[in-house]
Amino acid sequence: MSIPLTHILFVSTALFFIGTYGLFTRRNLITMLMSIELILNSVNINFVAFNKYLYPDKLNGVFFSLFIITVAAAEAAVAIAIIINLYRNHRSIDVEDVKEMKN
Amino acid sequence: MEYSNYIALIPLLPLAGFVLLGLFGKKTFAKSAGIVGTLFLFISTILAFYTAYQYFFVNGKVNGVYQPVTALQYTWLQFSLGMSIDMGALLDPASVMMLVVVTFVSLMVHVFSLGYMKGEERFATYYAFLGLFTFSMLGLVLSTNIFQIYIFWELVGVSSFLLIGFYYDRPAAVAAAKKAFIVTRFADLGFLIGILILAFYSGTLDFGTMIQRITGTNSPVLAQMTGYGVVGIPVLSWALTLVFIGGAGKSAMFPLHIWLPDAMEGPTPVSALIHAATMVVAGVYLVARLYPIYLIDVSVLKLITWVGAISAFLAAIIACTQTDIKRVLAYSTISQIGYMLFALGVPAYGEAVNTGYTASLFHLFTHAFFKSLLFLGAGAVIHFIHTNEMGNMGGLRKFMPITHATFLIACLAIAGIPPLAGFFSKEEILITAWQSNKLIYYIALITSGITAFYMFRLYFSIFYNKTSTHSDHHGEGNLNMKLPLLVLAAAAIVVGFIPFTHFVAANGKGEEITISASFSIAPIAMALAGISLAFVLYFNENDQPQKLATAIGGLYRAIRQKFYFDELYLFITKKIIFNGIAKPAAWFDKNIVDGFMNKLGWATTGISERIKALQSGSIQSYTLYFFGGIIALAAVFIYLWT
Amino acid sequence: MLSVLIILPIITVIALLLCSGLKQVRVVALGGAVVQLLYSFYILFTYWEQRVVDGSQMLFQEDHVWYAPLNIHYHVGIDGISVAMILLTAFVTVAGILVSWTTAKLSKEFFFLLTLLSMGAYGFFISLDLFTLFFFLEVAVIPKFLLIGIWGSGRKEYSAMKLALMLMGGSALVFVGLAGVYFNTQALSGAHSFNMLQIAQQHISPEAQRLFFPFAFVGFGIFTALFPFHTWVPDGHSSAPTAASMFLAGISMKLGGYGCLRMATLLMPDAAHYYSWIIILLATIAIIYGAFATMMQTDLKYINAYSSISHCGFVLLGIGMMTQTAIMGAVMQMVSHGLMTALFFAAIGMLYDRTHTRQVAQLGGLLKVMPFIATVFVIAGLCSLGLPGLSGFVAEVTVFMGSWEKADNWYRLATVLACASIVVTAVYILRAMGKVIMGPLQVDGATVQHNLSDARWNEKIAAGVLIIGIIAIGIAPFWLTELINQ
Repeated sequence: MSIPLTHILFVSTALFFIGTYGLFTRRNLITMLMSIELILNSVNINFVAFNKYLYPDKLNGVFFSLFIITVAAAEAAVAIAIIINLYRNHRSIDVEDVKEMKN
Repeated sequence: MEYSNYIALIPLLPLAGFVLLGLFGKKTFAKSAGIVGTLFLFISTILAFYTAYQYFFVNGKVNGVYQPVTALQYTWLQFSLGMSIDMGALLDPASVMMLVVVTFVSLMVHVFSLGYMKGEERFATYYAFLGLFTFSMLGLVLSTNIFQIYIFWELVGVSSFLLIGFYYDRPAAVAAAKKAFIVTRFADLGFLIGILILAFYSGTLDFGTMIQRITGTNSPVLAQMTGYGVVGIPVLSWALTLVFIGGAGKSAMFPLHIWLPDAMEGPTPVSALIHAATMVVAGVYLVARLYPIYLIDVSVLKLITWVGAISAFLAAIIACTQTDIKRVLAYSTISQIGYMLFALGVPAYGEAVNTGYTASLFHLFTHAFFKSLLFLGAGAVIHFIHTNEMGNMGGLRKFMPITHATFLIACLAIAGIPPLAGFFSKEEILITAWQSNKLIYYIALITSGITAFYMFRLYFSIFYNKTSTHSDHHGEGNLNMKLPLLVLAAAAIVVGFIPFTHFVAANGKGEEITISASFSIAPIAMALAGISLAFVLYFNENDQPQKLATAIGGLYRAIRQKFYFDELYLFITKKIIFNGIAKPAAWFDKNIVDGFMNKLGWATTGISERIKALQSGSIQSYTLYFFGGIIALAAVFIYLWT
Repeated sequence: MLSVLIILPIITVIALLLCSGLKQVRVVALGGAVVQLLYSFYILFTYWEQRVVDGSQMLFQEDHVWYAPLNIHYHVGIDGISVAMILLTAFVTVAGILVSWTTAKLSKEFFFLLTLLSMGAYGFFISLDLFTLFFFLEVAVIPKFLLIGIWGSGRKEYSAMKLALMLMGGSALVFVGLAGVYFNTQALSGAHSFNMLQIAQQHISPEAQRLFFPFAFVGFGIFTALFPFHTWVPDGHSSAPTAASMFLAGISMKLGGYGCLRMATLLMPDAAHYYSWIIILLATIAIIYGAFATMMQTDLKYINAYSSISHCGFVLLGIGMMTQTAIMGAVMQMVSHGLMTALFFAAIGMLYDRTHTRQVAQLGGLLKVMPFIATVFVIAGLCSLGLPGLSGFVAEVTVFMGSWEKADNWYRLATVLACASIVVTAVYILRAMGKVIMGPLQVDGATVQHNLSDARWNEKIAAGVLIIGIIAIGIAPFWLTELINQ
């Protein structure tokens, strides 16, 4: 009949770990940012799914996911601004080159 | 007049001189320092003689016995109830006698120095130091309290240090001053611990009370002190031996004698005052001060006897080989102090308690005059000829008639030729020894022969031997230098006739010491033999002494090198103490203790370096730690937190 | 009335901030110190009068609540021991400011820190509240770090860091000890108490004392060169500028001695008796071992610093012996050593200013060119080796006499060893004196120099002030014993 919750959770978990993997392995800040977006979206899927399957009469999960989308958008704007500034200073957006805070 | 009205002035006037000359000497008294210092001391001397007159002839005797009088006493430092250091003035026959000796000899030295030290750059400082010394010595003599004597004991030590090192730019003088201070300091350690023991058991520091408590009949203190032993020796013996070690150090007895010959680096009048007449006899005075307690412990008295006798004998032998005239006199001083000490100790073997005490102090008294005369004479010679070496002298009698005559008197006195002062006191010592212990007597007798020999060796070498090559360019010295010689020579002649035994005795009453003419034959014969031998060897320049020296080869070298005592001490200090203790201590401190602290610091820094390495600055490793942490926490909460 | 002792330095400090230029700054600093000295004398005399009337243990008490929730008070009061320490601080402060009269580098900050340091010491000596005590202890630590680090010489950063870390470590231990005491008290109102007098009356339980005494004692002990925590002393003193060395050895090490004394006699006497053999052992080691280690030093400041370790051992020995005479001796030794070592450092500083070396081997015969400084050096040396007539002797002798009252052979042995150190002291002092002051004239290995001047007026006054103190104790010790004894 309908798709069981576990399937959806499987998808979101897969998405989460894909994002995590990307975050660990990529050296490019833009792709790292995209990986973070993937992680956030996996969370969104979880929220929506739990809302739908466990508490169908409430909307909390949906609100949360909308909230996350908003924050993620803001975050992306800030992050990209930072990245652009970094690029102007370093001529590079490789994360290995950005270690000013150390020492 | 009551003693208390003026007695404090006797030591305080020289102190005032010290303060005045020490603070303002350089500018205000650059030229007149000598006169100022001498004037202060002159008043002191008059007061001292007045005190002696009052004590001995007017009011000292009560019922035929000289009573000790505490003329002054102030509490200076209170430790606990009944235990305090008091500053005061104690008058008894011994201290009054010393008062006279110290002020008189000091005055002579002050006057002599007016000529001898004239033109010195630190003339005022010299007189300031002389004042400090005289003050300290007078304080020592007048002590009422065992700690007071210790305090002044240290002060005479430091005055001696300052005066030996007066020519401070000569390395030899500095070394001698240091040696004198450190050797006596070492001995004073014994004195200090001895004081602590005596004070603990007797519960007082006051001489009178202490002697009373220890020597009283059925004294519980004495029972305690003889009953309890450390390492098998009763504490009383410990205490008395330790105190005696202090005395032996100051009086330069074997084996602590090594500083005195070197101390001759100081100006010669200083040697006359400090290292012949006054400070070095402080050890004898100390034992005499505590004599009633020493009499209880025969074993310590025996120790004192042998230390004295051995010192007397060995120093006399060494004196025969020295070529520096002041060193000869220094060894002679050691030898004579040895006499005084064994005279104090030898009654342990017999019954002659009082004669030992009296004889010893009598010899101290006469010795002060003729020995300071010898030193001042030597000073006059050195002033004339600018050298201490016997080899460069000879035939000086023509240039220095007064010095020659007075020196001869002093030599005869020390050799024990009647009727000069040394004869009487030495006879008393010898008869005490004869009555108590024959072996000591024979040692003393032989030593007196040797004494005569080396004194006349000195005398002939200076005034005869060869014809002088010196010209009479600046004369014998002015009146300032001649007058003390004449006064002291007169004293060396007459003081022997003072009926000393009536005044100074252990029991205060005084007593007759009768010496038969037949007893005197042996000592006088010995003295004459010594003089004759010296006459044969040294009256004219010849090669006999040289031959004699080569004949006994090794022994002569050993004596010439003073039995290698200096080398032994050098070995102990340099090799054992410096390299064996001090160096390891410094190394340990630098490398172990401080090293540990540094290691601790470095370890902290090292750990923080490690922690810092985690802060790599790469975001991805941070996220990795972050996820690692989450997973670990998840594992904890899911699997372990049940 | 006691608060004036703290307010005066604060006023001086504020005035210093408003000044500019060395000339103004030093006059203000000296003025403040002199007023403080006069005020200390005023306190001495009023204390003397008041003591006859008022029989209580601590006089002139002032008590204000500072932080109510923890029952912290600003509580001050003095007894004879505090008065002696206040006088010592006042003397050393005046001398220290005079000696650094020509400090050109950052002079305002320099005098600011010196005054601050003295304020910490004054506050410490009058505090009756443990928290205030700790507060002032800290006030006195931090300026030292800056004084050494900025105006020092040689390995100054290393030394400053070492000193600050070790003293901070000491303070941390002190704090543990004090907190332990605090939580074992019950004040009348039900809260815990920092009040020393109340704590002394309450007799906190022996178990708690035994637990916390080591912390407090070792903590204060570090300040006063307790073996084996003494290694900051040589490095710290030798790198510090002259005035800071004088403050360090003259006042700062006494903070520790005073703290140890209060801990042992007032707050935790049971534990002090319990641990006395350890204190005596460590003190004896410090005395003997410090003296021997001094023998091998070649730098004048190191010589004096190591000898301070040995001399401060006498303070701890006196405290460890716990007899009344010995404790009196410990206090006298604190005062005496404070004056003597300040004088010694002043003399060394004056020599160093002129010859630019402190190596014994490179100096010689300075009596010829600078008689005044040489005399000061000799007096300090003689005081250090315990010459009667100067303060060192009376203090040491009192400690010996007090120690000897303990009729136990082991304690006797410790006393004998301590006595033996006076011989070793004589050896190293005379070695240094014989080379530097006496002997052929020599500076920097060369034998020629003409422009070596003698002391200037400020240095003469500084030395004179300290010498007066030393001699006043040395020839008339009765007033000090009278003051200390209740």
